[in-house]
Amino acid sequence: MKDVLTQERFVLGTNAPRPDGAAKVKGEFAFSSDMWADNMLWGATLRSPHPYAAIVKIDTSLAEQLPGVFCVLTAQDVPGDLTYGLISCDQPVLADSVVRYMGEPVAIIAADHPETCRRALELISVTYDVKTPLVDPEEALLETTAPIHPDGNVIRHQRIVHGNPEVTGDIVVEGLYDIGMQDQAFLGTEAALAIPGAGGDSIEIHVATQWLHEDQKQIAACLNMQPEQIHLVLGGVGGAFGAREDISLQVHAALLALRTKRPIKMQYGREESFFGHVHRHPAKIWMRHHADTDGIIQKIEARFLFDGGAYASTSSAVLINGVTHAQGPYRCDNAVVDGYAVRTNNPPCGAMRGFGVVQACFAHESQMDKIADATQLDPAEVRLRNAMQRGDRLITGQVVESVAPVRELIEQTQHIPLPAPLAHDADVLDLPGGSGLASAPQHIKRGVGWGVSIKNIMYSEGFDDYSTARCTLSQGQATLKFATSEVGQGFVTIAQQIARSILGVDDVALDTIDTKIGSAGSTSASRQTWMSGGAVDGACRLVRERLFEHVGRQHGIDPLRLVVEDNEIVDSLGDFRISVADASHDVVISEEFEHHHRPTEELDENGQGNCHVAFAFVAHRAVVDVDVDLGLVKVIQIATTQDVGRALNPLSVIGQIEGGIAQGLGLAVMEEIVVKEGRVMNPSFTDYLLPTALDAPEVIARLVEEPDPQAPLGAKGVGEPPCISVTPAIVAAIRQAVGRDIPRCPVRPQDICL
Amino acid sequence: MSNEFYQLKVNGVEHHVRDSWIGESLLYVLRERLGLPGSKGACEQGECGSCTVYIDSKPVCSCLVLAASAQDSDIATIEGLQDDGSLTDVQQAFIDCGAVQCGFCTPGLVMSIHHLLDTHPTPSPQQIKESISGNICRCTGYGRIFDAVETVVHRRGTPE
Repeated sequence: MKDVLTQERFVLGTNAPRPDGAAKVKGEFAFSSDMWADNMLWGATLRSPHPYAAIVKIDTSLAEQLPGVFCVLTAQDVPGDLTYGLISCDQPVLADSVVRYMGEPVAIIAADHPETCRRALELISVTYDVKTPLVDPEEALLETTAPIHPDGNVIRHQRIVHGNPEVTGDIVVEGLYDIGMQDQAFLGTEAALAIPGAGGDSIEIHVATQWLHEDQKQIAACLNMQPEQIHLVLGGVGGAFGAREDISLQVHAALLALRTKRPIKMQYGREESFFGHVHRHPAKIWMRHHADTDGIIQKIEARFLFDGGAYASTSSAVLINGVTHAQGPYRCDNAVVDGYAVRTNNPPCGAMRGFGVVQACFAHESQMDKIADATQLDPAEVRLRNAMQRGDRLITGQVVESVAPVRELIEQTQHIPLPAPLAHDADVLDLPGGSGLASAPQHIKRGVGWGVSIKNIMYSEGFDDYSTARCTLSQGQATLKFATSEVGQGFVTIAQQIARSILGVDDVALDTIDTKIGSAGSTSASRQTWMSGGAVDGACRLVRERLFEHVGRQHGIDPLRLVVEDNEIVDSLGDFRISVADASHDVVISEEFEHHHRPTEELDENGQGNCHVAFAFVAHRAVVDVDVDLGLVKVIQIATTQDVGRALNPLSVIGQIEGGIAQGLGLAVMEEIVVKEGRVMNPSFTDYLLPTALDAPEVIARLVEEPDPQAPLGAKGVGEPPCISVTPAIVAAIRQAVGRDIPRCPVRPQDICL
Repeated sequence: MSNEFYQLKVNGVEHHVRDSWIGESLLYVLRERLGLPGSKGACEQGECGSCTVYIDSKPVCSCLVLAASAQDSDIATIEGLQDDGSLTDVQQAFIDCGAVQCGFCTPGLVMSIHHLLDTHPTPSPQQIKESISGNICRCTGYGRIFDAVETVVHRRGTPE
């Protein structure tokens, strides 16, 4: 008989604790900035002060003479490819003859102390021929505009024509929307430790990244080495949110280490971090919806313009995400959409949580409210009437085969109680403006707004972003090996839960996350639970099969009769049972598995094709208090229901939901990298405002758990959806409170009161 | 870089700081010279609280303190919260309540929350929010952190 008091087994579906939790709360977890090596030097980067300039001359002699400086390197010292990039290889390791954005790396140095580095950087003399920067993405589109790259300013254009483009509706609403440039603002800035091999023909790099193998490939090309000569190890990652998908200081640290033959530590400060990684694309989106008098969408017309900044990064994929999500989670039979991603001399933009869909969602949700206004329908009702279902077609022609419970998400969110009205004697910290004592309750108006979204998960357009995992079982302990970047999201927890569920073990060790196994793909696109979860699941299942064979041989039972029950292997048709620990005490079983998602296609010239793998959905309702006279806001409550497939770790899911909402709130009301004439005006946490504990609204979250049959574990990724439609929901609430159209985010005080 | 020599008392232990540059922050000296990397640097401006330590029992941003100016003070860091390697109740509640994601802000938050509960054993929700409003967390949206604080208050109030 089973002991009912047995300690909870942290299998799938439980709130298993993080394996790195104790180390993190004690300050013992080694982030990449905590790495240290004997004989280590510091690396630092000289960056362009100009958004656009030709480099006439670089004189490093004074810097080289400074005591404590070991080397100064420029583009001439790059032994391999001079440029790198995730999709197109257009970004210089070090600027050669031209700088195209403020903050572009020009030279790197190694020295004995960060202060020596700082002084040495000041001694490098660069003569620039300053040019007028191209800062207007509309201007970048014009054929008459001089290209800032040899291959022109348009990174990509994609047109979508679907159904009958001539259809019109009785109700026509349109808008031109502006989405600001958001920073990922992870707390752990870029950092790496590069350790050269003894013979100079290898290097080990500990780095906080989202995708070890892609880094390895790009670093190798720039160093003129083979990928196998470069051992990449995941340094502890202090958040990512897309900003670590492109490489930043990896090649620089490696170059300095190989030149000085000493370990090199590089770490960006906060200001440098603002210049050291790509940001969320600012976008201008025009949309026109045609609907019938019942509010049913007849056609969408749209034009997207994404400012990719100086280099391509992932702009072409961000663009495709934007245009293919133009309809939102709503049925739409007819569409004409044009999208452009262009280069300018603004900061380079690329991946950030939501990846192009954030921008699209702000536009389509603003439009849904306009349809609601024009038809005098409730905002939730107009969304319910158009809600997409499984089996509906996207404007790309792709059939949504994922579970698509859009109606249920909206209805469940509607049932979440609204907050109590603002009390006349409310604590000042509960008012817009907070401790600034700016507002009085009688001046505050409250608004309610809605946002609903669809987000693709995994990579698209024919890319096979597979993931690899190995499971080794011996003596009742499983050991998992994968190259999946743990960036804080909790994949390490999920991986252990999978092994416990499949193998009946409790003790699951995690091997070093590095490149000594096949790629896991990137920790992005809400894909690791599905992809690396699928790989771990597959590897564990193979191990279990072999364990059953082993037990079957030893005990004369058909292995097909064996199943795992809790910590035991049990004969499903008889009385035999043996603990997994005993069954595996004399064997070592190791299996590797690659999980591939189903293939996808590229879009054709009309934007038609099955370009995405799967979709997740979410609904948000925001309640916001606004001081209309002062333009101050306070987000009071976010109610949300998310389609998660299956919550493998409900507490982690809630953490992703609340964290994503905070980031979406940031984009709605406070976070924007302000760029003037190509110059970043606010590269600090003093001037770039992030939500604090006082800005955090009450979050009431519900989950819809309908396991997705395509997903290996039934679970959809949950990372991105929370931050997508919360932004338009908040802005809609502000519009309702203020009674005016606000076509941009973030909403600034002047957008409300001037 | 220069030949400065001074002493810092950290977690009850006297440390000699030698051959340092006089401009080094307390955060730098703790992390790079004294082998105490638990305090984190994320903004260098006193905005994010990741580097929170106590000087004479008061929480400060160690990135804003000149190390040499902290002589003759009692400095306490996250490494000194428990000397037997066990978890404090705040640390345990962070794990139990899901308040840890990337963990970069966590040491600073643990320090701020211990100070809050030392000075306000039963804080109001507003006091909790205000007391950690100088600690930025980019991952959690703060919900699980509030829950962790409330859990500690509850557990302290109900002895086993």
